[in-house]
Amino acid sequence: MSTTAGSPQTPPYICGKCKQALVLGRVMASYLGSEFPVELWKCPGCGKVFVPEPLATGKMLRVEQALEDK
Amino acid sequence: MDREQVKRWEAQCIQEQPPACTTGCPLHVNARQLVECVSRGDFKGGLAILAGAVPLPLIIAHICDHPCQTHCRRSDAGDAIEINALEKACAEFGGTVSPMRVPSPKNRKVLVAGGELSGVSAALLLAQKGYEVELFESGPALLGSLRGLGESRLPEQVIAADLEALTLLGVKVQCNATLPFPECSTEPASLLSDYDSVFFEARMWALPNPDDSLTLATPHVGVFAGNARQEQSPILAVYEGSVAAISVDRFLQGASLEAGRDNQGAYASRLYVNTKGLTVSPAVRAAQGASYSKEEARQEALRCIPCQCLECVKVCEYLEEYGAYPKRYVRQIYNNECIVMGVRNGNRMVNSCSLCGLCTAVCPEKFSMADVCLDARQSMVRKGKMPPSAHDFALRDMAFSQSDAFALARHQPGFQSSQTAFLPGCQLSASSPEHVAACYEHLRTTLPGGVGLILQCCGAPARWAGDEEKFQEALRALDASWSSLGKPSLITACSSCFKTLKEHLPHISIEPLWPHLDPALLATAPPEPASRTLAIHDPCSTRGVHEVEDSARALLGKLGIDVVELNEPGLTTCCGYGGLTLFVNPALADKTVSRRAKQSDVDYVTYCAMCRDRFAHQGKRAIHILDLVFADGSTDLAARPDPGFSKRQDNRARLKARLLSEVWGEEGSIVEPSLKLQISEDIRLLLERRMILIEDVRRTIEYAESTGDKLENPTTGRSLASFRSACVTYWVEYSVIGDEFLVHDSYFHRMEVR
Repeated sequence: MSTTAGSPQTPPYICGKCKQALVLGRVMASYLGSEFPVELWKCPGCGKVFVPEPLATGKMLRVEQALEDK
Repeated sequence: MDREQVKRWEAQCIQEQPPACTTGCPLHVNARQLVECVSRGDFKGGLAILAGAVPLPLIIAHICDHPCQTHCRRSDAGDAIEINALEKACAEFGGTVSPMRVPSPKNRKVLVAGGELSGVSAALLLAQKGYEVELFESGPALLGSLRGLGESRLPEQVIAADLEALTLLGVKVQCNATLPFPECSTEPASLLSDYDSVFFEARMWALPNPDDSLTLATPHVGVFAGNARQEQSPILAVYEGSVAAISVDRFLQGASLEAGRDNQGAYASRLYVNTKGLTVSPAVRAAQGASYSKEEARQEALRCIPCQCLECVKVCEYLEEYGAYPKRYVRQIYNNECIVMGVRNGNRMVNSCSLCGLCTAVCPEKFSMADVCLDARQSMVRKGKMPPSAHDFALRDMAFSQSDAFALARHQPGFQSSQTAFLPGCQLSASSPEHVAACYEHLRTTLPGGVGLILQCCGAPARWAGDEEKFQEALRALDASWSSLGKPSLITACSSCFKTLKEHLPHISIEPLWPHLDPALLATAPPEPASRTLAIHDPCSTRGVHEVEDSARALLGKLGIDVVELNEPGLTTCCGYGGLTLFVNPALADKTVSRRAKQSDVDYVTYCAMCRDRFAHQGKRAIHILDLVFADGSTDLAARPDPGFSKRQDNRARLKARLLSEVWGEEGSIVEPSLKLQISEDIRLLLERRMILIEDVRRTIEYAESTGDKLENPTTGRSLASFRSACVTYWVEYSVIGDEFLVHDSYFHRMEVR
């Protein structure tokens, strides 16, 4: 998964807890013992990460499957 | 996977066995491939195949006595393929035979005594291996016996063309020859001072024929001799030359004369060929003269079947899907398992087999793809290499059925013991809980000695997933439930439970439900189906188990149903759920059920709840046998929709609560969820497709609403919640409408993101 996994467009969400707009930031994605950094939108306050649907059902799924077949 | 077992599996699949035309030829000419070349007009290719197997290809193409044709399976419907005439066409239209490569000399000298077909063949083959060969013929010319056959049968130029190879390979030919020592045909060993080995054609051999047709060895070491009987047949004479050449070569190399020659010469083919349904066709006759024109040869070649087995591939969507046949698949699966570093591309293939056993039922050698795939899955689980996404959903569903939410083992109220107990199975409870309740009531009123009830999973999903630990755990739990009821005889409505218990808990007596249902004893008259003619689909779990299959038919008979058979006994297909195919490869599962659904336009009847729901899911009208016994007659029985994954769990939980309340007079333990969801049909279908349970959606919203941990869209007012449970992160987009929650979308990922 490339480091710019999230859409560059600002998502329409704010954090429900902190009421802050999301910012692009580095988060760690991990699966089956593999861990790698990704850039995704998240809350600058509490760190809540946003995983958009196209990412979850597209690229993320493909990476999961590739790691499963390793 | 055990390497030796893998080899046994590979050997069991006969698809790569040579066809009867090849094994019927003493020289094993690949006639099927030669004929295929001709069918494409590739005469040169055909000739190359012949020349690769036969030392005198042009001559054999003209005069072969073609034992291949007597074995040709095309003759099951019309004439055998005219293989020899096609060889002749290759000789005529295929140009010249490619010149042989002159080998590096071995500096060993061989004498071949006799220049007829076997002697010349032996001389050619030995010269090709680099031996210095002297060929002695007592007559005035080589192949003297063939010279009188006439120009139309065997033109002189054909003989000359084949014999050119002797010159090319440097064979020293001497005609009108006497052997170096007149007495040598009676004292052959005396020749060995001048030659390293000798082969005598039978007519040059004054001693009794050797008995050993495998090696042609004589009592004199290094001396080999032919057998007069073989010379009657041109192909056998050439074959004899080839046997002699192999023996001389082995002798000179110091190798065993006998080892590994089991399949030398003609033998019976193991390749099974189903010629049923083949259109009868006569052989193409040459319009002019004795030979085919190019087009006639092509037309004749197109009559070739061609011989292959593929019995299992023809009937199985899964085996067809991957473009090969079991022998190849076994190798691919084994290789997949052996990968240490790299991508295991075969995982999905291993997990896509429905383990239904149809391949074994149709295979002449009883090969079982289920055994191979199950073994591979178990090995993957043991090594921690099973992809979690493959069976996770199904195993969580199984865990639900084993949990308190569904599991139950009770005596009939008012009884301290159970003579029998009813085990309806998880899928009937999931699909038609009302039938489970009705069946249990019927059994309680008709059977003596107390009828207990066991709601529990037999563990079949874990077995299919290759998770032996979970499977054994499920078996132990079921065994314990059965023991807690005093070890009663079990009556089951589930074919998978029946099979699992028969195979893995053989000490438990189990029988199908169907003989225990007597429509005459029902409280209300059975409902009327839209049609009284129904096509029966047997579940694959009890394939060929007469006790189950016959009793279901007997019940249908009592219900006045005219049963149409969809297949020969024992050859039912899977609905796509078996082996958990549905969860691993939904597209293949759909193809599998769709193929079955298309077999008849008549409504189907089956006695497996999962099979029925799979047909319903595919839009095929299908009835469960219990619908015919108990359903409310006001509905169209065959139009009942597939309940889907979420409802299946909900139905099980509600069934337990209902039975506890109605049968045992206890307060049902079902707690109605406080959080009310609004889910449109489109969203319900999306959840089904993505295998997200409504319960997962509810828990995700509950978490977000109780903690505030969610994202909000200020423009639309919608919330986006996420919740991680059982190694999966669920996301739900929703709006709050009054005290209800309207679901707009849901998805998940397995990757953890922090």
